[in-house]
Amino acid sequence: MSPRQRQIWSIFSLTGPAYLWLAVTIFLPLSAMLYCSLLDTSPLVPRPAHFTLANYAAFFQKSFYLPLTWWSLQLGFWTTLFCFLIGYPAAYALAKKIKGRWREALFLLIVLPFWSNALVRIFSWTMVLRPNGLIDAALHWILPEAPHIDILFSYPAVVIGLVHSYLPYMILTCYISLQAIDDSLMEAARSLGAEAWTVFRRVVLPLSLPGVVSGAVLIFVPVIGSFMEPRILGGPRAVTLGMNIEEQFTVTSNWPLGAALSFTMLGIVILFFLVLYPVLKKRGAFA
Amino acid sequence: MSRRTSEITNGIAKIYLALVLLFLYVPIFTMAAMAFNRSPLYELPFQFDLIWFESLMSNDRLLRAGSNSLIIAVINTVIATVLGTAASLAFARYQFRGRTLMQLLLLPPITIPWLVIGTAMLVFFFWIANVPAVAETCRAILPAAYCAPRSKITILLGHVALSLPYVIIVVSARLADFPKSVEEAAATLGATPWQTFWRVSMPIIAPGMVAAALFAFATSFDQFVISYFLAPPGVTTLPVEIYTAIRKAFTPEINAISTIIIVVSMGIMLITARFYKFGGER
Repeated sequence: MSPRQRQIWSIFSLTGPAYLWLAVTIFLPLSAMLYCSLLDTSPLVPRPAHFTLANYAAFFQKSFYLPLTWWSLQLGFWTTLFCFLIGYPAAYALAKKIKGRWREALFLLIVLPFWSNALVRIFSWTMVLRPNGLIDAALHWILPEAPHIDILFSYPAVVIGLVHSYLPYMILTCYISLQAIDDSLMEAARSLGAEAWTVFRRVVLPLSLPGVVSGAVLIFVPVIGSFMEPRILGGPRAVTLGMNIEEQFTVTSNWPLGAALSFTMLGIVILFFLVLYPVLKKRGAFA
Repeated sequence: MSRRTSEITNGIAKIYLALVLLFLYVPIFTMAAMAFNRSPLYELPFQFDLIWFESLMSNDRLLRAGSNSLIIAVINTVIATVLGTAASLAFARYQFRGRTLMQLLLLPPITIPWLVIGTAMLVFFFWIANVPAVAETCRAILPAAYCAPRSKITILLGHVALSLPYVIIVVSARLADFPKSVEEAAATLGATPWQTFWRVSMPIIAPGMVAAALFAFATSFDQFVISYFLAPPGVTTLPVEIYTAIRKAFTPEINAISTIIIVVSMGIMLITARFYKFGGER
């Protein structure tokens, strides 16, 4: 073997297994689902299937899919916004105000829950929000006469649970951007006469924007696909596109429609990436 | 800024971070506390009891789901770490055409909603399992239960796919830290590629591999969405079993098993933190 052939062989044998695995479990399934979304009968039914665009047409024709999608997008928007409002100051405090061992310890404490089970964390909110739960009990301890508060199974409950789940992402990405900003830049602005607020608005915020955008992507995308969180915290009234897709696959077994809805969701995600691509590219993607 | 104002802002920063941590941890601690409370209806006042952990010990469904989760997570960890490390080595050592594209291909498993990936896997595995040639070959090697579109095997296939990108990113970060010249020196001195790998590269990237393995374990052990779509009736993993139980009714038994899971995953991550610096600070 020539050295060049040997090199090609090494690359092939080192990367082959991993990418073969990804092909079988990610890329072929996505193609299979695209194909499935164009069929008029479910693969579960032993009847010959024909090609159709009816499943995609249903998304626009049936009156409840657009509001459902809008609801999911709103959920993504509110969750991302609150994560930013809570997470950015936390990242700033961590990156610019806390030093040394404290910073390391606090940082670890913030990312720790994010690597624990998502389902369990959502479940834990039912203990806080239910009647006689933590919030209700605390209120009655202070004001025994107060009426019971029951915000479990409501829209705010879903947003609270999702913000709790995804907040560490936002803190993490903003922190990485913020701690890369050289303190001397801020000092320079200050010595040139800028007020604290101006320094923040004109120097710190623009330089940390890529972190904010990465955080927003990492939160918005999974939230619009969420179905378990609204199911547990939202009760029967909260319905997302994700929940409908789940039902098409597990309850009604209308796979082609579910596949078309899944692909529509993927389309929305891709659209979102394309809009933010310029900022993400500047950042050098995620890695 | 004067020393006094900076002391005040530092104080505000600390209080704010304390509030954020309170928000992150209070629900988890409340949930865990209720696992030790005697009342089946989560009623207060708090009475310490271990009955929910005891009843867990006799709940065969949950125990079986727990052992399924552990077995799948361990096998997933081994496969993902080996395949991922191999790919990272290729990326670190060779410049080749398609390298950037291959690295970009790691993003879909991370960025596409799991719901989309999970349902896509279900559709694909259903088709594949019904191809006669595939079904026969599979049954010749494995028991029939493992050849269904919804089975422990397909759950494992899915988990490895989600773990691979993390493994490659973590190991690559470690590989980027050490110069290729060390390996070249070993090769110049007459070491075979295998010797170079085992005696030079391996000891250097070992901490990265340990961190990657722990990430892979946590990814699989906590994974719910993929397992949910691929779990056959009766055979589930812990998160799927918990989800089913929550939808029926809340019982403190769910709190007990959840507490165990939280302690396990947080413990694993605390160990990971020893090997991998979160946040990219060096």
